[in-house]
Amino acid sequence: MTVSYLSPVGMLGGGFTPEYFETAVRERPLDFVAVDSGSTDGGANNLGEDKFFFSRDAVKRDLRLLLIETRRKDIPLLVGSCGGSGGNWNLNWMWEIVEEVAREEGLSFTAALIPAEPDREVLIGKLRDGRIRELDPAPEITEDTFRDTHRIVAMMGAEPFQKALEGGADVVLAGRASDAALMAAIPLMKGVDAGLAWHAAKIAECGGAAVTQMTKPEGMICTFDDDYFILEPVSPEQQCTPTSVASHALYETANPVEMQEPGGTMLLDGVRYEAHTDRSVKVSGSRFQPADAYTVKLEGAALQGYRSAVIGGVTDPVILRNFDEWFENAKAGADYTMRRALGDERADLCKTTFRIYGRNGVLGDRETRKFDNDHEIGIFMVTVAPTQELANSAMATISHTILHFPVPQWHGLVSNLAFPEAPHEIELGPSYSFVLNHVVELDDPLEFYDIEFKEV
Amino acid sequence: MTMATLGSLAKLIRSKNAGPWKLTVDVMLPDTETYDRVVSSGIIDQATISRLFGMDPDKVEIYNYAPAKAIKISFPRFRPNGHPEDTDLFGGQQFAPLVDLEVPPVHSIP
Repeated sequence: MTVSYLSPVGMLGGGFTPEYFETAVRERPLDFVAVDSGSTDGGANNLGEDKFFFSRDAVKRDLRLLLIETRRKDIPLLVGSCGGSGGNWNLNWMWEIVEEVAREEGLSFTAALIPAEPDREVLIGKLRDGRIRELDPAPEITEDTFRDTHRIVAMMGAEPFQKALEGGADVVLAGRASDAALMAAIPLMKGVDAGLAWHAAKIAECGGAAVTQMTKPEGMICTFDDDYFILEPVSPEQQCTPTSVASHALYETANPVEMQEPGGTMLLDGVRYEAHTDRSVKVSGSRFQPADAYTVKLEGAALQGYRSAVIGGVTDPVILRNFDEWFENAKAGADYTMRRALGDERADLCKTTFRIYGRNGVLGDRETRKFDNDHEIGIFMVTVAPTQELANSAMATISHTILHFPVPQWHGLVSNLAFPEAPHEIELGPSYSFVLNHVVELDDPLEFYDIEFKEV
Repeated sequence: MTMATLGSLAKLIRSKNAGPWKLTVDVMLPDTETYDRVVSSGIIDQATISRLFGMDPDKVEIYNYAPAKAIKISFPRFRPNGHPEDTDLFGGQQFAPLVDLEVPPVHSIP
């Protein structure tokens, strides 16, 4: 039994070399092509704002290559977590692009769309029944969380993909899905050992990222035999080594030995990574333990407010040699003028954060290392407020005060911030934050996922 | 004699989000000998991580993972990524305090 698939790139729209991809699809005995389109790395704005971080042109370019080559070979194309966050808006956005490419290229096929936004009343019922459980760490939630959050998605497992394929789909577009489920669905249907299918999927979902040096994003080919799988980069210029593959198996996951999926847990304690050729790696020993209760993870994006920001550089040695004390005074002065300008009631609605790049701007209070830096620092300040207008107003007053805040050694009006751009105020728009880190028990893996078939 | 640092021994030290609520740090060692040396030094423990990262030691998970010659350190995020008070959206620069951590030579381990 041999099953083989290609993951062309870590994120649809990221781009890959057409020649390498076409050669691989045409010459290799592939059973399917699958590509992930999702990430929570960019924060909750992608889900909350109904946007995708790659451009429509970039996504269309990748989809055109994928659709043409998979239709030419008559193998399924699976896309997971459409449009970055897998919300309904994102799924429909991608479906329109697929339709457009099909029309332009004269392609015909059966498509399946799998939305991943559960009904809010169903979720509230599940919460009441004690069937929604928090993962550590999780924020406090109430029934209102399910009513007020802009979008909530539930990360599907392999079963909805399998159901879509059984229904005759050539192209499957899924809302929010487990990255690994997308790649594991067909191997599991074809009888591949569950441990191997899930473990390979965990590594391959990032495309060709499990190589020694990913100078250009390209794809990965995964091939299963009875008790092992082999990963080989699509690009002849790139190579997998046991270290590069093993390190990628750990990527973005808290526990290297146990990794949860909707239907169970990958157990990777007895895994072996061996060189197969000088650029491919053989992996064996992975196991999978089915779960007692089938759960899917919820993600939700809630509006925090609207943002206005200013960045400025300080290089005056007098300020820098006594920066902390000066900046505390300047912030207090800024708070005073903002309150005078807006009134306490409106000022209380504004929350400003200050990051001092060059002085613990990344790790903040948690920085334990000491560096001498009296050369140059960057001050980045952001106000979040219930309206854009209020955020702009607060930031204008705060940044103006700090710009001209007195420096003890100088007598007269000073300008303390070097602005690199005009205008120096940056309107950052809405800010969303994740408000759920919970799993919900399903009666059936398909419970939340109604599949819509479309003929193109 | 100057002590070797973790950064000079490792092939890779990196950090990344493990979902919106957790951070994870991977330390990949080049061979079994170096992996065994770092693990047996005991230098990466909850107390060290707590000190370096200003983190409650009880919240720190440490995994010595021989199949990948890797040490994995995971802990909760202070805020979910993208939150107005978050400073590192992808969690990509959180590993820095580990790079210059000194690893005692084998013979000095009691």
